[in-house]
Amino acid sequence: MSHPQIAAALPQATIRTKRVAWPRGLILPVVLVLGWTWSVHAGWVTGPLAVHAEQLLLAPFDDAAGREIWHAIGASLLRYITGISIGIAVGLAFGTSMGLSATTERAGGGTFHALRQITLFAWIPLLTAWFGNGEASKIVYIALSAFFPVALNTTTGLRNVPITYREVSRVLSLSRRQEIRRVLIPAALPAITIGIEIALISGWIGTVGAEYAIGNGRGIGTFVSEGREQFRMDIVIIGVTALAATGYLATRLCRRLSSLALARASGLT
Amino acid sequence: MAAFNELAIRHVTKTYTVDDTPLPVLQDISLSVFPGEFVSIVGASGCGKSTLLRLIVGLDDHFRGEILLGGSPVNGPGADRGIVFQDHRLFPWLTLTENVALALDALPLPAEEKTQRVRDAIALVGLTGFERARPAQLSGGMAQRAAIARALVRRPAILLLDEPLGALDSLNRTRLQDALLDIWEAQRTTVIMVTHDVEEAVYLSTRIVVMEPRPGRIRSVIPVELIARDRAAPDFVALKQRVLADLRH
Repeated sequence: MSHPQIAAALPQATIRTKRVAWPRGLILPVVLVLGWTWSVHAGWVTGPLAVHAEQLLLAPFDDAAGREIWHAIGASLLRYITGISIGIAVGLAFGTSMGLSATTERAGGGTFHALRQITLFAWIPLLTAWFGNGEASKIVYIALSAFFPVALNTTTGLRNVPITYREVSRVLSLSRRQEIRRVLIPAALPAITIGIEIALISGWIGTVGAEYAIGNGRGIGTFVSEGREQFRMDIVIIGVTALAATGYLATRLCRRLSSLALARASGLT
Repeated sequence: MAAFNELAIRHVTKTYTVDDTPLPVLQDISLSVFPGEFVSIVGASGCGKSTLLRLIVGLDDHFRGEILLGGSPVNGPGADRGIVFQDHRLFPWLTLTENVALALDALPLPAEEKTQRVRDAIALVGLTGFERARPAQLSGGMAQRAAIARALVRRPAILLLDEPLGALDSLNRTRLQDALLDIWEAQRTTVIMVTHDVEEAVYLSTRIVVMEPRPGRIRSVIPVELIARDRAAPDFVALKQRVLADLRH
């Protein structure tokens, strides 16, 4: 069931990297899709699990349940953006205060590192108990999954600024404010960027996980879990494909942004 | 103003503690450096010569004894002392101009003067035309020139150089030695340079301080009185031999 999702994701790659003349990576997924179509048509595979590829292509447009996918994508994206925005903002604030102040690190570091050990999915029962079975729990969950990587990378990024840089700022008698703005933040920027990149990915996993686990309202996760309950394999496959494609595009976008930020930090632009 | 900027190091002793055992690094160092001098400190590694520079620039104030500049004790880093480290330590995210200008960030100067000073410092080290380059785009020698510009832009009374040419190839090294001489002659700054290249010390200095290790002490102070700066001249070679003999002692 994972092959169509690769097939859907790959054409994007070929469009973006124009120099690749012959996308060899496409061979395997195309062969798999052809093999699948052929085996369904030939009647090798039968029963409710045997879905025609054409049916899949048409379902998002002419099937009532299939058309829901567009609303689901919109709802998931909106939820994702809201959740990660909160998570990244809080993570940056928390990480910065821990990275810059030894006192905050001593006071909050232990709790932070202990909470960080909890598997994200283990938060769901707690969050639904606190925030109910609705939108709030999902948003908090997504925010949480984005918060940890950002907070952690911001803290360690700021802590690991080389002593040689700190010495330069002392020799130049920069004030603490100038040091933070001109030296520490730019030096920690690569680590912070990587933290945000991880947050974008784990936030997307969190979005789908929350939708799937909490299971009401609109969203791709809910779409997939409903498809499964109604035994609509076409719906499930469409959902998974949309999931992969959206996640892939988000990752791709943030790679572009982060490579820009990294190049700038190392002075290569 | 001249005598006012004399640097007096008096009975400076510095001890590190490693695993609860005291490890003496500098023992009873006394040295006076007068305005306009170019003093080189040579010595085997571990003799505390870089530590001494760190004490003078004010990065480390845990020592016994006194370091006075113009009569008053140094208290942390200040604009009257500039330092160039062996690694250039330019910030990779800033252009050459921004790196040099950062040294003036903390100084209360009008903006036009800052701009002018940055331009002058860059011209002085011969990097005009590279203002917008980032450190990654500069060669090792150019980056070290940029670091010198960053130290000089504050117009320090004393310029401290911690093996500034140590990481350069011999051609770049010779070039930068001459550039250093030009700068020193043009600015009349007092220079204290740590090096382990005896020939470099003889070529550049007016005085050479030879240190010995464990614990770091001054073995001898040798005045350099050469007829010309000629590496092949007999008096140059003789002086070099003498410093080497003192080092090996």
